[in-house]
Amino acid sequence: MTDFTMPSVAGTATTRLRKPDLSPGRISRRYAAERRFRLYGVLAVSLAMVMLALLLVSIVSKGYSAFMQTRINLDIAFDAQEIDPQNTHDPAVLKAANYTALIRKALSAQFPDVTERIDRRRLYDVVSNGADLQLMKMVLANPAIIGTTQSVSLLAGDDFDMLNKGRISRDVPEAERVLSDKQVGWFDKLQSAGRVHYAFNTDFLTSGDSREPEQAGILGALVGSLLTMITTVVLALPLGVMSAIYLEEFAPKNRLTDIIEVNINNLAAVPSIVFGLLGLAVFLGFFGLPRSAPLVGGLVLSLMTLPTVIIATRTAVKAVPPSIREAAYGVGASQLQVVLHHVLPLATPGIMTGAIIGLARALGESAPLLMIGMVAFIVDVPHSIVDPSTVLPVQVYLWADSPERAFVERTSAGIMVLLVFLVLMNAAAIFVRRRFERRW
Amino acid sequence: MKRYSLALLAATGLVGLTMGATAAEARDQLHIVGSSTVFPFATAVAEQFGKAGSFKTPVVESTGSGGGIKLFCAGVGDDTPDIANASRKIKDSEIETCKKNGVTAITEVTIGYDGIVLANSKQGPALKLTVQDVWKALAKQVPVDGKLVDNPYKTWQDVNKDLPAEKIEVLGPPTTSGTRDAFVELVMDEGCKDSPEIKAISDAKARTAACGALREDGGYIDAGENDNLIVQKLESNPAALGIFGYSYLEQNADKLQGSLMDGVAPTFENIVSGKYEVSRPLFFYVKNQHADKVPGLREYIAEFVSDKATGQEGYAIDKGLIPLPEDKHKEAAESANALKSMM
Repeated sequence: MTDFTMPSVAGTATTRLRKPDLSPGRISRRYAAERRFRLYGVLAVSLAMVMLALLLVSIVSKGYSAFMQTRINLDIAFDAQEIDPQNTHDPAVLKAANYTALIRKALSAQFPDVTERIDRRRLYDVVSNGADLQLMKMVLANPAIIGTTQSVSLLAGDDFDMLNKGRISRDVPEAERVLSDKQVGWFDKLQSAGRVHYAFNTDFLTSGDSREPEQAGILGALVGSLLTMITTVVLALPLGVMSAIYLEEFAPKNRLTDIIEVNINNLAAVPSIVFGLLGLAVFLGFFGLPRSAPLVGGLVLSLMTLPTVIIATRTAVKAVPPSIREAAYGVGASQLQVVLHHVLPLATPGIMTGAIIGLARALGESAPLLMIGMVAFIVDVPHSIVDPSTVLPVQVYLWADSPERAFVERTSAGIMVLLVFLVLMNAAAIFVRRRFERRW
Repeated sequence: MKRYSLALLAATGLVGLTMGATAAEARDQLHIVGSSTVFPFATAVAEQFGKAGSFKTPVVESTGSGGGIKLFCAGVGDDTPDIANASRKIKDSEIETCKKNGVTAITEVTIGYDGIVLANSKQGPALKLTVQDVWKALAKQVPVDGKLVDNPYKTWQDVNKDLPAEKIEVLGPPTTSGTRDAFVELVMDEGCKDSPEIKAISDAKARTAACGALREDGGYIDAGENDNLIVQKLESNPAALGIFGYSYLEQNADKLQGSLMDGVAPTFENIVSGKYEVSRPLFFYVKNQHADKVPGLREYIAEFVSDKATGQEGYAIDKGLIPLPEDKHKEAAESANALKSMM
């Protein structure tokens, strides 16, 4: 290497060309910088992983116990006198019978020495107050059991369930515990008699909401979320894809389409509560659609998802190489044929990924649904998109706000169900992408 | 093929829309809105009512008292709620709105009381507060040497030398909450009314504002509508105090302790007897015009005011509602069942 000077363009000043510095010190500094940069990257990724792990651990450690439930085996005498004195087997009579009395009798038989009124009331709390419905269903399904004595496994009351799961401590003084020493004693007695069972909680996955934690289930919210998501997909996907394709392939490039494009990008950043207010004014106020319905929820969320779908579709369509279009035109395809036969199929993986990311965001929304009445206590599992219903994040919020201790685990279990729903949706996105992905 | 599936999707969307339009027919399910404080009790009653089997379980929305009454007063008909729950009395201005929109007969039903407590973690010191202490600790402006100045107090000891030297840090509900309104009315207004500097303000409006304004320099922390969240924060921060409903204290008695207010502990008995004065009545409002249109409305009211639900040992009481005294409960039940309009 030789140094030389070069006349500058201006002709007066001269610049020296830089000579590469190959000294060992500088080289080792460069390597060190690269190692540092890699280390930062690894640190950032591990920090994110630790956060995620913390989140998952805290949710799962609180929530896993909600999938198990304490049940108590009692020998219930299905007394014909109590249920159906005239032996009519008429469902109306069977429905009206006092099944709570049967449970109370069975409990009193277990603890004959509990006689005081207040103590007995406390004793009856051992069994959930929804247990009578279980007996009623048994009798309705099989009236032949009237007059017999059956061993029935009944739901335990929420406080006793918490005691069994160790979420209510036995060590604190009696005054600071929800359960008295007597109640703990009764439960221990039942346990030593082998009457306490700990089984998988199918009710949690098969029933709707309840104010009693032990009876509360996630199915109502799960179905509500599913119906809302279906409505959202059905509306947002075709509308979004069609608008994007028109804007990208057919629309003239002029001031108007520029304004539309800017506004679509703006719309993607609008806070979700604004869409809720819009839904309240337009869908409920103007069109008179029913409150608390997944239909309206889906409409509102599809407005929210639409910009995401449009932007994702436009990006995917833009990414299809021009050579494919030109080849199609070259063999005489019309513009519509080019788009439908070539561009759209090739853009599908990108469109689907974008759409599912938009949907995943919509699935987690609760703010816009407040305005249209989906933040509500609804017991019945919805059957159609116009039945009142709630959605998973709202259910989590409502449980998190309930005073009973047993709702803490339900809240975390609800989050777990929501996460599984999300993971399934993302898995679907990955599957679609793998399936349709083309390389060129 | 793509073409057809797209068309199919669009068609399904249209079918969905038309289904919605036809569904706005007569309603067979009660629709209840309103306060998040009344929500746990209203939902317990709604569930029992649904379990009885004659009617569908009502839909209960948690919108806050103000939001609920607004919806309730929007008019008469299937698309408006039948009942509004409230943790405060309906305002005259709201009754006016109701009238303007054709809601001309409303029944007010008092269901019980809710105690508001100041509590902290068991690891912190037990506090014996007075309403004056609380006002001085939390007001935006307090009297010092005869003048109202921005709150200078940093610790509880600065406020009252008998209190511990702990930093003032109170977690409470935001301005949208009925609990906050009640706290201001029952504690802050009470605490300031004997202060000569406040009495010196002649304008009533300015006086109320001076009493009720909470400090914004970190002494009072807006902790959101969720009372359980406040409870969790208190557990992890023994130095802080929280403001929330009594039922949350009852459920977390192993971790939290309620501060004494004017020498009275926030216990169930003290709130029932009225000795603990930081408590407020809870209501629901019925739209009488719906009584004969929506099936189950009268029966739901009957269930709510029955002894089984809101009597001294009712199931709503088990959920943390403080019952009315027996004679008042009977009176409330009678006027509710008769649908006596307040307008």
